[in-house]
Amino acid sequence: MKYYGRRVAFYAVTLWAAVSLNFFIPRMLPGDPAQILLGKLARNGDVTPAVQKNVELILGGSHEPLWNQYWAYLDNIVHGNLGISVSKYPEPVWDLIKDALPWTLCLVGSATIIAFAIGIVGGAWIGWKRGSAWDHVIPFTAFLQSVPYFWLAILLVYFLGMKAGLAPISWGWDVQTYDHPEWTWASMVDVFQHAVLPALTIILSAVGGWLVGMRNMMVSTLAEDYIVTAEAKGLRPRRVLWVYAVRNAALPSFAGFAVALAFVVSGSLVMEQVFSYPGIGKLLITAVSNADYALMQGCSCSRRSPCSS
Amino acid sequence: MAEHETTGEDVREAHMVTGAADTVAAAGVVVDGLPPDLPEAVGDGSLAAAVTGEPAAATQSRSRRRDLMPSWSPKLVVGLVITGLIVLFAIIVPFFTLDPNSTDYDGLLKPGEQGHLLGTSAIGNDIWAQLAHGARGSLLIGVTVGVIALIFSVIFGIFAGYLGGWADETLSLITNIMLVIPALPLTIVLAAYSSSRSMWLVAGVLGLTAWTGSAIVLRTQARSLRVRDYVLAARVAGERSRRIIAVEILPNLLPLVAAQFLFGVIFAILGEAGLSYLGLGPTDAVTWGTMLYQAQNGSALTLGAWWWFVPPGLLIALLGCGLSLVNFAIDEIINPKLRNVPKATRRVRKARKVESRAAATTEEAGA
Repeated sequence: MKYYGRRVAFYAVTLWAAVSLNFFIPRMLPGDPAQILLGKLARNGDVTPAVQKNVELILGGSHEPLWNQYWAYLDNIVHGNLGISVSKYPEPVWDLIKDALPWTLCLVGSATIIAFAIGIVGGAWIGWKRGSAWDHVIPFTAFLQSVPYFWLAILLVYFLGMKAGLAPISWGWDVQTYDHPEWTWASMVDVFQHAVLPALTIILSAVGGWLVGMRNMMVSTLAEDYIVTAEAKGLRPRRVLWVYAVRNAALPSFAGFAVALAFVVSGSLVMEQVFSYPGIGKLLITAVSNADYALMQGCSCSRRSPCSS
Repeated sequence: MAEHETTGEDVREAHMVTGAADTVAAAGVVVDGLPPDLPEAVGDGSLAAAVTGEPAAATQSRSRRRDLMPSWSPKLVVGLVITGLIVLFAIIVPFFTLDPNSTDYDGLLKPGEQGHLLGTSAIGNDIWAQLAHGARGSLLIGVTVGVIALIFSVIFGIFAGYLGGWADETLSLITNIMLVIPALPLTIVLAAYSSSRSMWLVAGVLGLTAWTGSAIVLRTQARSLRVRDYVLAARVAGERSRRIIAVEILPNLLPLVAAQFLFGVIFAILGEAGLSYLGLGPTDAVTWGTMLYQAQNGSALTLGAWWWFVPPGLLIALLGCGLSLVNFAIDEIINPKLRNVPKATRRVRKARKVESRAAATTEEAGA
């Protein structure tokens, strides 16, 4: 019970720290983002008092004491009121995030699961065949792991998408045919095809880590005495491999997998930009390039919350 | 690693006491580190000791040193060569290239045309020059972030792990909070709020988010070291915490710390490339990331200018690969099982092969 109490307290503190960072970072930095933003808005047209108040509430620069601003900000967050997007005025930030989140969750989530499965099975096999030619696979995974996500994405777009024409290279669905993805077979296939290259990017660059981790754990586990005992009892090698060794060797990987799932939302940020995939990463980048601070804060919040829940 | 150190300590003491204990201890070291070599080494040591006392000591000190030094595995050699070449490239080549920021040349020359080794970009930058200067920028950022992350992770990892109690609680809470806050979005937001970014600002921002993983790894190790006998002995002897950490604990964690540093460098170079690609990189320097950003903005993809966007990414991947290979080698030092088990299996397999061949020949002879 004490354990759960500590965990809950920890998550509460973390959530509070994340939300507060969101509030204080713009205020701590030199310059006045609110004034810069209002200047930008004024260039595009009239600034209504409501917009001005909104901007000041999010970014500071209003003349109320910092403490009151902070409370107002927390109050807004608790009520799910993330403000109004400036770059896609007057859409509420919450609606934009609600549209983008499923794309990221589905794409990155399933790609992470596939990469994990390949890594565990492959790592178990390479670890089982320790000391053989399979060991030479490991250095190559080092290369795959160090490839920048988005550069791999660029290569895939260029060689598989543009040169070979194997798969569509941008957006989550065929924008010329459908306004929105529909629940029809043709549309689903279309969405799936658009997910192929982004998913491939994630799988290729993520599989190496799982592979090496699992292989190293396998090698350590296979040196344990109980494995020798199992072999000495005359159990079939396949049984020793899957029932005795893999079950124990995979434990740390599963622990890591839980963490990786929690980071799904933040993992593929730059990759989404390359494919113009309509997920949360692209939304954040749009927000950044348009100095849309409300949307920026909303995106970072939505990225942090799955990690803490 | 800690095991080795303590065994080494034992060896020294044994050496001082008697010559006879010498061989035993030497054999002990060998058993601890390199079981596959056991038969030869034991044969060596015991024979030599039987004849004279002196050579045994020599063998012992050699095997002890071999135990503590990284073994020259192919992984380590390849990793060091790749990393070394790229570092040399970054140090030397920029002196001999054209100006990376000059746009005087014809745009979109293919590699080799008009003396441009890797061609030019759409606005007429020499790609080879940019690549060389970019190597400098990227490596500088990488090393800076590595050092920042190292300092933070040692403070938040080793100090927390060794001190325990309230210091540990507070330091770990901060580490965990920083861990769950995803690094890249935070970095992006931080970088976005500041309009002009120097290389050092980017490095600082990346360094702030790079240390948490290492801190957790180091903390776990430090916690297990603090209850080892030799640390307890140092404490009983009345040494201050700072000295125990610096003299007893840190040296034993050195391989781990080195591995974490290399991870930090890889993380930083990848992170910088990502930030720059989004247009949030340093505004005052050329890096591999800013090259990729320019390639993206100059629509290198649609122009088919592969010589523009392939080399920077390839160098990032190669450098990361070299550093990871070094890390794998360090892994094998920290965890002897990784090194010895494959070797042992290979020996068993070879022995089995020899055996079956012998059996086959005797069968043939019999027939």
